[in-house]
Amino acid sequence: MGEKTIRIPIGPQHPFLKEPAKFDFDISGEEIIGARMRIGYNHRGMEKACEERNYYQCLYLLERICGICSHSHTTCYVQAVEDILKLEVPKRGLYLRTLVCELERLHSHFLWLGVAAHEVGFDTLFMYVWRDREVVMEILEEISGNRVNYAINTIGGVRRDLTEEQRKKILGSLDLLKKRLDYYTHIGTHEPSFLARIQGVGKMSKERAIQMCAVGPFARASGLDVDVRRDDQYAAYGDLDFKVITSDQCDVLGRVIVRVLEIAESLKMIQQLLTKLPEGDIAVKKVPRRVPAGFSISRYEAPRGEDVHYVRSNGTEKPERVKVRAPTMANLEAATESIVGSFIADIPIAIASIDPCFSCTDRTAVVLNDKKKGMRITTWEELRRYGVDWYRKNKGIHF
Amino acid sequence: MLKRLVKWARVKSPWILHFNSGACNACDIEILAALMPHYDLERFGILLKASPRHADVLICSGPVTKQVAKRLKRIYDQMPEPKFVVAVGACACSGGAFRGCYNVMEGVDQVIPVSAYVPGCPVKPEAIIDGVAKLLGKLQQSAA
Ligand code: SF4
Repeated sequence: MGEKTIRIPIGPQHPFLKEPAKFDFDISGEEIIGARMRIGYNHRGMEKACEERNYYQCLYLLERICGICSHSHTTCYVQAVEDILKLEVPKRGLYLRTLVCELERLHSHFLWLGVAAHEVGFDTLFMYVWRDREVVMEILEEISGNRVNYAINTIGGVRRDLTEEQRKKILGSLDLLKKRLDYYTHIGTHEPSFLARIQGVGKMSKERAIQMCAVGPFARASGLDVDVRRDDQYAAYGDLDFKVITSDQCDVLGRVIVRVLEIAESLKMIQQLLTKLPEGDIAVKKVPRRVPAGFSISRYEAPRGEDVHYVRSNGTEKPERVKVRAPTMANLEAATESIVGSFIADIPIAIASIDPCFSCTDRTAVVLNDKKKGMRITTWEELRRYGVDWYRKNKGIHF
Repeated sequence: MLKRLVKWARVKSPWILHFNSGACNACDIEILAALMPHYDLERFGILLKASPRHADVLICSGPVTKQVAKRLKRIYDQMPEPKFVVAVGACACSGGAFRGCYNVMEGVDQVIPVSAYVPGCPVKPEAIIDGVAKLLGKLQQSAA
């Protein structure tokens, strides 16, 4: 590499970034030869704040980790708490919870499709998609009373019931969305100028995606068949009939295809949920305020990928520890790598293609490496070996 | 004469810059939704701009995290005079849900002067439009 390289910093405030984050790109000519990122501008210290609030107050706070996938975080959290409490959530509660999950996926994917179109300069599509997204927002407002942070989850179920009229109304709106979706599917996969901007951009091979622990639509677009909704069923997903969408394109086009087809799947699921909605209670009547000591890990397929919450309780009203691993965290490294080799003009769409959400992601980590106190850094290999040994010894599982 | 022209232009078509200073995204997508066809803030001549150097109004959401505070100040300094700041969301007004967290500053006004507050967690697009319209009204008065 005889040519001179130039470093371009982007962020924390930049037109293509909707949230503060910083990227450094090494450029040689028009080509990107290196990329690094710096996050943390959005770190608010929520995990710590959770330790000072009781389980219900945490619900309110965790909803505000991220406004786009607010329901994902609360669902993931309540599932963990319900698991520690050994609560059996009524069927109707689970169905309503799942209904909001899927509606959230709809609005999030619509939002993403619009933003992606905007990043490649296709503003007409951006406006169209956002107009139709309002239909979903209205449904959500109808169900929960709120447009963005729905506050519908509670420990042991959901807080609001669905009336028969609402049910009919939502079913009616679905038809409109379906019609519109056909149009977007056509545009997203056939419009030549759109295709020219997204085909072959942000390449991520299947092998590399596995190594980088990619999740969600980003991983599925690289041909990885992973989806927590099917692999580790929660809420009412066990009763639903749906397909996991994958694509072998391994580029931004693949991610568009996966998301657009997922919208179709979500619409189908919503229809099933509404037609099969069982009668009964929506939440457990009596939930103890104190949670017995224990811990639980809960997984959830958020619109952006697998979300993991770890909750540890110590028998009081407040959790001892809440740990959140948001999907963007898992994908960011991979996305930064996928940019290398493409052109400067492709940066926005390549980054946007993982649907980044920095308010979900920004956690802080303090590395303690004090040998005298018995602390040390564990490598991935050691950790893996430890995990394999642990399962062999304690559970009798051989890998 | 030129001054009057500038004022007239500013009231008729204020250009805004949106900055997320540690918000949870909910307010941000509502700001965007307010600019979209359904609510259509653009009918007031409001245009979303990408650079602080073009903007008259800074719309800020989020409680301002410690890491972002310096950058927020810088963005504010880069905007040409006269400039206005609208704090959108409960957490931009006072810290809201994040009050007491160790890494936040409890409100935009801790760092830069704020002209209008729009409370709500998250704010509805209608409320944002209302807040912006009020600010425009004030601008008009000062222009007269
Ligand atoms: S005011 Fe509430 S909804 Fe808006 S950004 Fe702050 S926490 Fe999120």
